[in-house]
Amino acid sequence: MTEAIRKPPANPYVALLKDAGLAALVALGVGAPLLGMQTVPGGRGLALIPRPGLLLATVAAVFVGRFLLGLLFANRRSAARREAEAPPRIGPSPMARIGKLVAPGLLAFSVLMPVIPGIGRYEIDLGTLVLTYVMLGWGLNIVVGLAGLLDLGYVAFYAVGAYGYAIMAKFFDLSFWAALPLTGLFAATWGIILGFPVLRLRGDYLAIVTLAFGEIIRVVLLNWTTLTGGPNGMSGVPRPTFFGLPFSMAGGEGTFAGFFGLEPSALHRVTFLYYLILALALLTNFVTIRLRRHPVGRAWEALREDEIASRALGLSVVAVKLTAFATGAMFGGFAGAFFATRQGFISPESFTFIESALILAIVVLGGMGSQLGVAIAATLMIGGFEVFRGLEEFRMLVFGLAMVAIMVWRPRGLVSGREPSVSLGKRGTIGSEHVAEGKG
Amino acid sequence: MDYALQQLVNGLTLGMIYGLIALGYTMVYGIIGMINFAHGDVFMIGAFVSLISFLLLGAGGITAVPIALVLVLAIAMCFTALYGFAVERIAYRPLRGSFRLAPLISAIGMSIFLQNFVQVSQGARVKPLEPVVRGGFVLHQEASFSVSISIMQIIIILTTLVVLAVFTLVVSRTPLGRAMRACEQDQRMAKLLGIDVDRTISLTFVLGAALAAVAGMMYLLYYGVIDFFIGFVAGVKAFTAAVLGGIGSLPGAVLGGLLIGLIETFWSAYFSVQYKDVAAFSILVLTLVFMPSGLLGRNDVEKV
Repeated sequence: MTEAIRKPPANPYVALLKDAGLAALVALGVGAPLLGMQTVPGGRGLALIPRPGLLLATVAAVFVGRFLLGLLFANRRSAARREAEAPPRIGPSPMARIGKLVAPGLLAFSVLMPVIPGIGRYEIDLGTLVLTYVMLGWGLNIVVGLAGLLDLGYVAFYAVGAYGYAIMAKFFDLSFWAALPLTGLFAATWGIILGFPVLRLRGDYLAIVTLAFGEIIRVVLLNWTTLTGGPNGMSGVPRPTFFGLPFSMAGGEGTFAGFFGLEPSALHRVTFLYYLILALALLTNFVTIRLRRHPVGRAWEALREDEIASRALGLSVVAVKLTAFATGAMFGGFAGAFFATRQGFISPESFTFIESALILAIVVLGGMGSQLGVAIAATLMIGGFEVFRGLEEFRMLVFGLAMVAIMVWRPRGLVSGREPSVSLGKRGTIGSEHVAEGKG
Repeated sequence: MDYALQQLVNGLTLGMIYGLIALGYTMVYGIIGMINFAHGDVFMIGAFVSLISFLLLGAGGITAVPIALVLVLAIAMCFTALYGFAVERIAYRPLRGSFRLAPLISAIGMSIFLQNFVQVSQGARVKPLEPVVRGGFVLHQEASFSVSISIMQIIIILTTLVVLAVFTLVVSRTPLGRAMRACEQDQRMAKLLGIDVDRTISLTFVLGAALAAVAGMMYLLYYGVIDFFIGFVAGVKAFTAAVLGGIGSLPGAVLGGLLIGLIETFWSAYFSVQYKDVAAFSILVLTLVFMPSGLLGRNDVEKV
């Protein structure tokens, strides 16, 4: 039986109720063991406590939720089908047009943010965190969005950068500014080492192998106790200096506050860190935008659109993929070094798979390949995490659910469709299915 | 020699568990070409449902071991299969026909959700279960070292083999199995020939989840402790097994599972326990680089 032959039911509400009832039934089955029962440590082993109230409440919520969703979206088809049926859009998408105005506004806001009256230490710290993820998102965007290589282990390069800086500072006494380029180089080298054997794999396989690499690096960091401190991590990572002038509460001759004749304040370092990550993030953005006009960047995008065609046109696929991997890894390494110097303490716990998933979610939610989208997505995501901070345990629960919901609602992310970097004659928008395809 | 023999027994047991999970990956990949990232967590749910059923049966006074085992197996398979159904319905079906990465991302979201769902509803602590089946046989006795196989290990190996046999029959002899293979080859053609593709895919998830439940129960019985995080590592290893055996191939998944189980056990026994995950993941990388279609897989020819 196909959908078309099936007769529409006489009363749509009856069908909706039936649908909601089925959903509630599934929820009852799914919830019965895990929500209906709670395991608690008992006399011998574990004891069970029934929680019928919670179970019934959940089932009722599913019933009502499904019914309301059905009412609201009765006539909406699934996003995937909408996309397939929609006529190809000509000209920049509405989001892209708004973006022309939003981007400079956001930039101005982020530059002026610390000096706006009423902005305190907490806000600046939060801004720093958001910018770290914006930078990571932009870095990963080179690999996923431009070159179309799905990398699930991006956090490995973040970790390499962080540990690279910590080790250089601790064992070789290098300052942050001397170590920063080296960490980038170091992470890029790792990108090449890891990328070389795996880059001829197909998309999904590449994803799982990069995930495996991320885990391998984490396990090594966890167990190489003599170098990395193992699970205890490395503490006492040197704080950054203002080009040689340390931030110190004591004030005095050789410090930042003393040199500029300011009252020593904890805000100085926080503000400096904020501008540091802002500069690093903007550097990432700038390099990405410029590279897109460079033969290398065009090769990335060509590869993403059609690997076989690019190969036929004489591109060295391995070299092109490696440059994307290495460039993305380098920015990950910079971000890692920044993370280490900001925290002063690093441990393998900061570099789990969840972190990779979060960065990837930012890139995909932002609409792959869109710089502005990534920035907005990072702000929403990290801001959302901050809002839910009180609900520590439920935060990740909501995060997971939100990832699913956003994918179902807008499979192409917030800012989907962007102008092609290069086109013949009339400018048009690349269908976003091409932006994301990355076959091969 | 004896030490190696003992490791062989242990490795086989572990490999059977991986093989069962790998079947779920390989079937789903075969039919819709996506990595069902949440499958490892469905396995974890299976272990939790088994734990709760054991406790319920214990509280209800059913303590005869064979009956309890069969009952728990049935309960765990039913409820976990429902999870498989729900996951597919919520996270994957709306995205069918969307671009390639969308289902993978929503699968990752689902995986995070399931993990935290169990963490929130059951607590983050490890959950112990008293050994249900005790005893074993000594296979070979020497002055200093004896090789033994526990009844539990025998049960695990036998159950896996029986489940596999039943499952192979389902896929090769029943209309459902035929529909699954048809969808695997060409979904549009299958639809034209009157196969309900949505239903078939749904049932594939249900079957995969039921197998994961068997694996979850075996894991619980074998190790005696579970927590909400076991699904991630086991999932990646089982996926490795599926790839090693050749993705899409059912016997390959079990073979791959056995190999991964053996490699991991021997690596822990002779080299280092800390790096056993690294060993398994390195196998994944090596397989994909040198033998992308796996041991028993078909060679994919990419058409332009």
